Formats: sequence, structure tokens, C-alpha cells
Amino acid sequence: MSTYDARFRIWRGDADGGGLTDYTVEVHDGEVVLDIVHRLQATQAPDLAVRWNCKAGKCGSCSAEINGRPRLLCMTRMSVFARDETVTITPMRAFPVIRDLVTDVSFNYAKAREIPAFVPPAGLAPGEYRMKQEDVDRSQEFRKCIECFLCQNTCHVVRDHEENKPVFAGPRFLMRIAELDMHPLDAAEESGLDRRRTAQDDHGLGYCNITKCCTEVCPEGIAITDNALIPMKERVVDRRYDPVVWLGNRIRRRNGA
Amino acid sequence: MTPVTPVGPVERQQWDVIVVGAGGAGLRAAIEARQRGARTAVICKSLFGKAHTVMAEGGIAASMANANPHDTWQIHFRDTMRGGKFLNQWRMAELHAREAPDRVWELETWGALFDRTPDGRISQRNFGGHEYPRLAHVGDRTGLELIRTLQQKIVSLQQEDFRTTGDYESGLKVFQECTVTRVLKDAFGRVAGVFCYDRESGRFFVLQAPAVVLATGGIGKSFKVTSNSWEYTGDGHALALLAGAPLVNMEFVQFHPTGMVWPPSVKGILVTESVRGDGGVLRNSEGRRFMFDYVPEVFKEKYAQSEEEGDRWYEDPDDNRRPPELLPRDEVARAINAEVKAGRGSPHGGVFLDVSTRMPADVIRRRLPSMYHQFKELADVDITAEPMEVGPTCHYVMGGVHVDSETAATDGVPGLFAAGEVAGGMHGSNRLGGNSLSDLLVFGRRAGLHAAEYAAGAAAAEVGEEAVAAARAEALAPFDGESFGDAAENPYTLHQELQQTMNDLVGIIRRESEMAEALERIAELRERARRVSVEGHRQFNPGWHLALDLRNMLLVSECVARAALERTESRGGHTREDRPAMDRAWRPVNLLCRAADGGGIELERVRTEPIRDDLLALFEKEELAKYLADEELES
Ligand SMILES: Cc1cc2nc3c(=O)[nH]c(=O)nc-3n(C[C@H](O)[C@H](O)[C@H](O)COP(=O)(O)OP(=O)(O)OC[C@H]3O[C@@H](n4cnc5c(N)ncnc54)[C@H](O)[C@@H]3O)c2cc1C
Repeated sequence: MSTYDARFRIWRGDADGGGLTDYTVEVHDGEVVLDIVHRLQATQAPDLAVRWNCKAGKCGSCSAEINGRPRLLCMTRMSVFARDETVTITPMRAFPVIRDLVTDVSFNYAKAREIPAFVPPAGLAPGEYRMKQEDVDRSQEFRKCIECFLCQNTCHVVRDHEENKPVFAGPRFLMRIAELDMHPLDAAEESGLDRRRTAQDDHGLGYCNITKCCTEVCPEGIAITDNALIPMKERVVDRRYDPVVWLGNRIRRRNGA
Repeated sequence: MTPVTPVGPVERQQWDVIVVGAGGAGLRAAIEARQRGARTAVICKSLFGKAHTVMAEGGIAASMANANPHDTWQIHFRDTMRGGKFLNQWRMAELHAREAPDRVWELETWGALFDRTPDGRISQRNFGGHEYPRLAHVGDRTGLELIRTLQQKIVSLQQEDFRTTGDYESGLKVFQECTVTRVLKDAFGRVAGVFCYDRESGRFFVLQAPAVVLATGGIGKSFKVTSNSWEYTGDGHALALLAGAPLVNMEFVQFHPTGMVWPPSVKGILVTESVRGDGGVLRNSEGRRFMFDYVPEVFKEKYAQSEEEGDRWYEDPDDNRRPPELLPRDEVARAINAEVKAGRGSPHGGVFLDVSTRMPADVIRRRLPSMYHQFKELADVDITAEPMEVGPTCHYVMGGVHVDSETAATDGVPGLFAAGEVAGGMHGSNRLGGNSLSDLLVFGRRAGLHAAEYAAGAAAAEVGEEAVAAARAEALAPFDGESFGDAAENPYTLHQELQQTMNDLVGIIRRESEMAEALERIAELRERARRVSVEGHRQFNPGWHLALDLRNMLLVSECVARAALERTESRGGHTREDRPAMDRAWRPVNLLCRAADGGGIELERVRTEPIRDDLLALFEKEELAKYLADEELES
């Protein structure tokens, strides 16, 4: 097993400001960046604040920026860096800092609440749901999301534009609308709720200009732009300018249900 | 540095029901309580949606009979009792088996999307100890689906409240990144609330309510090699003990047979049992499928005797017996341990788990996507081309808060309930895979229901100033650790020593002398923990958080070690080298742990209630003779 000393620069501070602090710390074979942060806590900086939980890439807590790139600390192996490279860790930039690497992600929870929930179909009792695998594949892809909020962090619509936050739900929650819209048994339409219209009018789908930054940083490899955002944009367009398509869609859906 | 003392009293809020924990059990409890009209507060240490449940992989067990029409709740019950070696609180096992299908179907009405059968129903997969394919699943990320569905159901209830009151949080509020350090009681010994700190700011607050549901999960962080996350410091177990409620079956800790063993930094991370359920096999360094050598007497007739028969079972389960790789977890973990000890292990001290020669690469990637991902990213291993190296890892605690089977009420503390991994009894001496997620839903719902009913009939909760002041002083003590000078202790060091102690001395194979030594070391650590000292201030300070968690880990570790020393037999998740056999005389005996007045843990032996006749009738006489004590067989 080989061990070496690595150089790290970590942002320390709080809402009032802060800066990068240098550390030299031991690294062992096979370790990930989160291991190094933990070693720093145990040996040099016991109060270094970092958010983490499962350390297995499943919970999406330990999001930060490593050398400027949004990543999960627990899924970034030290072996991707050269041994003489300085590794810089900073908090996610789109959210207010609380302390050190921990940011205030409440924006995301506020947005989650504004997305209308799944509408269960009338007349189907629990246990009577029947759906084909191929019909749930797409929504299942979106449900792989671990809510690490890296896509929210990287999306240029809000990354440096605080002013857009009130009107833009961000890729994660636009994808949530797409997920529900593609759910084979969601009865939103029957209940008078037009999910695509809410995406456009209430959640800022129009702000997205499909640069795919969100897809690039997604640790789950979800094709957010191609599979969720673009199809939803297309359907919004159809519906807006082509009432026949709109009507047709409704009828098809009814018949299918 | 001494922290700045906040001026004025600690803030208080009034609720009807408080749920401590936002995993599957806590969220299901909160949904039920709110739907029954109780104003409900949920408190959790991490962000909403990130509780440990999110890590669950393989599935939820429920006898929906979608994949095999012969399945029934009775067979699920039978499998659960066998898996637990008949130590299960049988009424819990019965309720669990009966209610699990409804709890899974209900998730679909809240938006869950499980994998499907060809005819469009919920697909079910095979798992160790389950006679039929029974686990509803979503690839190998079932826990994520479960927690997200419950989270989204909570949000939808909040949306309803918003429409009627203009406030999302009027009837159901989640306090995320807050930790409870004490359950508070009133002058009559009834539950009256909880004492909490906000992790972000370090601010203290009190939530008052007549009913509190503990749903805090497990204890794995007391062990060095574990599949568990940092949250698993046994808080709910300790909160119950300190409030006066006993724990049961604490000697039973499940070591999952397949954790990653390499590289060291990922040692312990889980490799889901679905790998074996879907066809993966275990081999030693000689290439032998060694599990055939380890089928215990009680299971001899139920498992394949040859590789050929085991392989045929995947296609034709009615005419063949299952391969021994799918024995209950305790059996497989012990077998791996024995192979490694005998010098037939893999290079990094595990054994080989292979799917690469059993399934085409694309099937592996589709059925086990997160395993593929996990090995590729963390270990540079392509599981479609080469075997994985795996070994046992501390995974689950069967022991927990002693509860009433029907209501989830704790023993002796009015208003205190417990559900999920923190509760004991349901799984007996060993839990079957998939039976936890269903347990969370069945008993989470029951706890929420009974807590809401209890709260509706209770007087408004009142916490005395003294109790609040004491809880506050306890929480601040680590900042005064400097006064101990050179004798001050570092919380990280104490934690590491505790983990090493539990791993080495109260781990998968136990010996009397080692457990006795563990108890001595734990007592020493408890002394040293009084002198724990932390730096900095209260804002998001991980050193301080750990210092407070140490109290809980030490209490729980002592319970495990004491009960393990007392139980002079091997059964399920409790294996003693010096008492290698299961002893039927211990079958009807439970060990209760209570916090003693002067610190430390007291044990009590209690006899369990006889198993109801109609449930016993589900088993053959000869099988019962292997498990039941003599006096039980006579009556
Ligand atoms: C890797 C892995 C895979 C698994 N796979 C499966 C599977 O496929 N099937 C299955 O049935 N089981 C599985 N299990 C087991 C199962 O996931 C757990 O037993 C179950 O999720 C526990 O749920 P819970 O609701 O009891 O607690 P958790 O989900 O752990 O939630 C505990 C909650 O309590 C909170 N909490 C704890 N202490 C405090 C405190 N002091 N103050 C405030 N809040 C607190 C935490 O923040 C958290 O929100 C798996 C376990 C692991 C580790």
C-alpha cells in the first residue's frame, strides 16, 4: 500500500466571509476526497464543517466543488489527481454558505413544495395499478435522482443570478415535473392540472437554453436535458401553437387510461 | 474556548406528536399521525430525504404473490420466524407479514414506481431465507424510491395544509439537521417533549408534545467495519434507556456477509444480497462454491445439495431447492469468516462473489446498476468481467427498544413509542433481507396511529425548567473539556477506540473472555468520555456533534456486550465460539437492558409469551422440535 502527502486548499469561513486555507495531509491507496476531509477533521481541523451521510454515493449530501467542478466528495477518488496537484475544495457556489463546505440548500426544498404532487387515478384501488415496464422506464430514470443539487448549483440560470431564483425551479424540479408528466397513471389532467403549463408559466422552463451543464455534473448519469427538459419543451411548444396537437394528446391519453 | 451563552430561555414549541427520525419508519409514522389529525413535527439529523433508508438496495418483502402465486402471509411469517430462529416477538412477525402487502400497494398510490412484471404488476425478486420471490424493488435502489415516495407524500400533505391555512408547515413540519439529545418527561413520568440542538447554528430548542415516536435507526457506527452511515450512533436506543424504557435482544447484531473489503477506505460498504438472489455465487481461493459445505442441520432439507440443482432453481423453483448462497445472512457470514480463517480467502481477506460468469454483461448492468457503478468507481473492478471480493460487515441491529406489538408503545414510559430499526423484537435473532423496509412501513404506520390517538386523549405537555437546564448543561459540557488540561480527551480518538473494541471483541464470533474485556474497556472509555473536549463554537461543529453522540454509542455498546456475555448459546446474529450450539432452553428467554441508577446497564431475564397455537400449526412438529424448549413442547 502506498501513502503520500497531498496538498489541499479548503475554503473556511461563514456567511460573513472567509478564504482558502492550506493543508498537507496523508493519502492512502483507494481513498476518496471525503476520506481526506475526515482525516483533516480527526487530526488538524476538528471543527471543519462538511455535510455527508452515506459515503457511498447514494444520499447526495456531500456536494461541493473540487477544483471548480461540482462533485460528490465521496465519489471522487484521489487517484484522479496527480500526486503533486493541489486539490482545492470550495462550497457549492449557487447557495449561501453556512460554514466552510456547508451551504444553505433550503432553496431546493422550497421549490420541491411548489411542484404539484402525483395525482392518483380515480377508481383504482391500491393493488390494482398495472403499468408496463417500458412505460415506467423514463420516469424511473428521473427517480434515480439523489437530490445532491449539483445540477441546481451548476445551472447558469441561477448560478450567478440570484434574481432568477424566485421564477426558476432548476433542472432537478423541472425534471420532477417531467417525471410526473410521463407517469403512466398520473391523473393530473383529469383533475384539471396541466403540468406542462405549470413548468412553463410557474417554474421557468423557458429560461433553460439546454446547455446541458446539469447533465454533465449529474453523478447518477441521468440525461436531464435530453430526456426530461427537451421533450417537455417540445410538448409545451406543440401545445401553445397547435391546438389540434393539444386536443389530440388529450384524447389519446384518455383512451390510453 | 467557552461558547457564548445565549441570553433568555430556550425556545419552546407545542406539537401533538413528535417523530424523531425521518427514515422510512419516521416518515410513515408522521404521515399517519398527520392524517389522523395530529399536528406533527419530524426531527432528523441530516437533510430531509437523506436518512439511512436511502441506502437500502434489494427490496421490500411482502407476500403480494405477483411473481409466484403460491405466496401467502403465512409463508412469509414462517420464513421470518425461521430466519430469526424463533426468537421473534411472534405477534409482530404476524402483523408484519399480514400488513406488508397493503403498505407496499399504498406506496403506488403516492407515486412510487417499482419494477414491473410482464403483466404490469409489481415485480418481486428472490432473497435469502424467503421461500418465494417476494421483494418488491426498483433495480438496486429500492430505499431511494421508498424514502422519496414518503418524502413526496409529506410534501403533498403540506400542500394540502397550505391550501387550507396558507402555511405549509401548520400541520406537519420537518426540522432537518437537528439532533435530539434527551426525551423530556413531566412531573408524572409521562413524555412531555424533546430537547434538541440545531446542527447549523448550535441553537437549543425544546419541542413539547405528549407523544414522541423514536424512529432513529441503528447502531452500526460503534463498529469499525460497517455498512452504516454516520447517523447510526444508537441515539434512539440511548434516548429510550435514559427515559427509563428497556431495550430487548441487544446481543443480536447482524453482520451482512457481503461488504466490500478493498480498498480500505470503502471497507464495509454493502454489496447487496440481490447479487446472490439474481444468480451470483460465492467461491473461495480454490474456486470452490464453499456454501455447500455449510448448510446447517435445521436447513438441510430446504437447500440444494449440488451445484446443478442450485442452478436449476433459478428457472424452476418448484422442482428444485435453492442454492445455499441464499441461506439466512448469519449462516453465510459465518461461512465466509471460516473460509478466510482457514486460509482460503481472497487476496484482501474476503472471498469471491461472482456474477460475471453467470449473467451477460448487459443483464448485470440493468439488474444491478448501482453495484456496477460502486465497484467501477470505488474499486476499479468491472463486475461484468471479474469477481468481487467481499467479507462480513456490521449491518443491522435486531435488538432495540422493547415495544408492544400492536401499538409500538415502549415499556413503562407513557407517551413514548418506537418503530423501525430502533425497535426490537420483530426480527428475533436474525433479520431476513427485505424485512426491514416492510417493518418500517407496517410499524411506522402503527406507531403514528397510536401516538396520534394517545396525544388526542392526553393533557397538554409541560416540561419543567429544571429538566431543560440539565439537558442544556449536558450538551454544553464538551466545551468545558479544556479544564481537564492534559487529561482532556479527543472525541475522534475515543470513537476509534470504541469501534476497534466492538469489532475485535464483540464482533461476528464472540468469546467469553473477550466480551468481559470489552466491558472493561467500555467502562474505561466511559470514564474518559467525561473529559471529552472540543474546540471552536457551536455552529456546524462536527467535533462537538461526535462528542455528544459518544454517550449514546457507549451506552448501546455496553448493552450489546453485556447481553452477549449473558446469553450462553449461539443463535442468529449472536455467535459464541465457546457455546457454538443453539440451546432450545434459551428460546423463550429475552434479555432486557435498563440504564442503572449509577450509570451502566442492568440486565433482566424475562420469559416470552407462548406462540399462539394457530401460528405454531404452520410448522411441522419435527421442525418445532428443533427450536422450542422442552417445556414448550410438552404443553
Ligand atoms: C447499505 C444498506 C442496504 C440495505 N438494504 C436493505 C434492503 O434492501 N431491504 C431492507 O429491508 N433493508 C435494507 N437495509 C436495512 C434498512 O435500510 C434499515 O434498517 C432501515 O432503512 C432503517 O430505517 P429507519 O426508518 O428505522 O431509520 P433510518 O432510515 O436510519 O432513519 C433514522 C432517522 O433518525 C434520525 N435520527 C437519528 N438519531 C437522531 C437524533 N438523535 N435526533 C434527531 N434525529 C435522529 C436520522 O437523522 C434519520 O433521519 C439496508 C441497510 C443498509 C445499510
